[in-house]
Amino acid sequence: MIDIHIQRQQGDFLVNAIFTGAPSGVTALFGPSGSGKTSIVNMVAGLVKPDAGHIIINDHCLFDSRQKINLAPEKRRIGYIFQEGRLFPHLSVKTNLTYGMRQVPVPQRYVEFDDVVELLGIGHLLERRPAKLSGGEKQRVAIGRGLLTSPAMLLMDEPLASLDHERKQEVLPFIRRMCREFSLPILYVSHSRDEILKLASHVIILTAGHAVAAGNVKTLLQGDVPVPRLCVNG
Amino acid sequence: MISFLHLTDIELEALGLSLCISGWAVLFSLPLGIAAAWILARLDFPGKSILDGLLHLPLVLPPVVTGYLLLIFLGRKGIVGAFLYKYTGLTFAFNWKGAAIAAAVMAFPLLVRSVRLSIENIDQGLEFAARTLGAGQMRVFFTITLPLMIPGIITGLILAFARSLGEFGATITFVSNIPGQTRTLPLALYTLTQMPGGETGAMRLCVISIIIAMVALIFSEIMAKRFTRFIKG
Repeated sequence: MIDIHIQRQQGDFLVNAIFTGAPSGVTALFGPSGSGKTSIVNMVAGLVKPDAGHIIINDHCLFDSRQKINLAPEKRRIGYIFQEGRLFPHLSVKTNLTYGMRQVPVPQRYVEFDDVVELLGIGHLLERRPAKLSGGEKQRVAIGRGLLTSPAMLLMDEPLASLDHERKQEVLPFIRRMCREFSLPILYVSHSRDEILKLASHVIILTAGHAVAAGNVKTLLQGDVPVPRLCVNG
Repeated sequence: MISFLHLTDIELEALGLSLCISGWAVLFSLPLGIAAAWILARLDFPGKSILDGLLHLPLVLPPVVTGYLLLIFLGRKGIVGAFLYKYTGLTFAFNWKGAAIAAAVMAFPLLVRSVRLSIENIDQGLEFAARTLGAGQMRVFFTITLPLMIPGIITGLILAFARSLGEFGATITFVSNIPGQTRTLPLALYTLTQMPGGETGAMRLCVISIIIAMVALIFSEIMAKRFTRFIKG
């Protein structure tokens, strides 16, 4: 169970998001750009500190302003897939993949290197350097790198947004396979209704830093119901 | 021609001394320079601009002023120097260690500037990514930041080395012009120009200086190209 209640003032912009998500499977964070999606994900990852609230992932408290708990990002065991991949340019694909894995004690690992490489179809890329990869390949390696830390949760911040249509179609099936094969909670940020319909079961709709609606993807995002109407009471 | 290329003992001594002093100066200022560059590039604290200004001071002050300040602080009767001499027996006055300190202080701003520039060019997102992958701040620095700083470190080293080799004003003020101790290449060249019949020797040292500078520049160029090729796979 994902239980998130965070508040943070950033200049004139107030992020005040309260929502829960399923203990496994994909929960989508949906909203236009500037609605605070990335801020929320950064707070969950520990890269940005909320002013108040709590972040609890499957009974594990990562942040609680009242109990003064604030785990460092490296202690949170949260895999984070960034929009731009952020592969380390000076390391080979293989070393990139194992960068996080090597820091997880063996008994805590539940994701195997060979399984991930096979699942994402990146076996032929292992010796290359990131500069020699296409956009889609980079993103697949980035997903593998996050997954190999055997995380308690995965954050994906617009992992397809920087790719063209064809590359999107190339990476999407890999993400779907990953969601099927590993039962961990995934918070998937996107402004694309199409992607969310293909991947997520549960969606949270954000407007101006506030979670204004939550529920089943099919009921909230399908049909003619325009999203802004859902926000009237938010 | 052959006799022109033949270095006299005095010139050889000056050359060896210069390389040794510059080498030590650069070696010792490197870790400090990296630390200072990192602090200036990544941290925000009150008094940062004062620290920045202090570090750059040797670049804008007349070298003789820097040398004089070093004498006041680090001379055997200096504020810090007297203390050091009393408790450790270490002294920088009128010996090659003092010359190395003068060279290091003069070259420090150049080193810090280029290292800092390379840190500011690193996408901090990579460091954040490494943190979420379970690496603590120390580990992130040594596995991500430091390797990506290498081009800046090489440029900084070459610049600092060249500046150290050319150091004159601060050296002569702080540690004087003592053959075999503090008479580096520029000081020897100066001495030769003041001596009757010293023109050939001065010209030889001049040529040597040009050769060292060229070799250093070419070396830095080659290393920079290698790094780019390495990143591009």
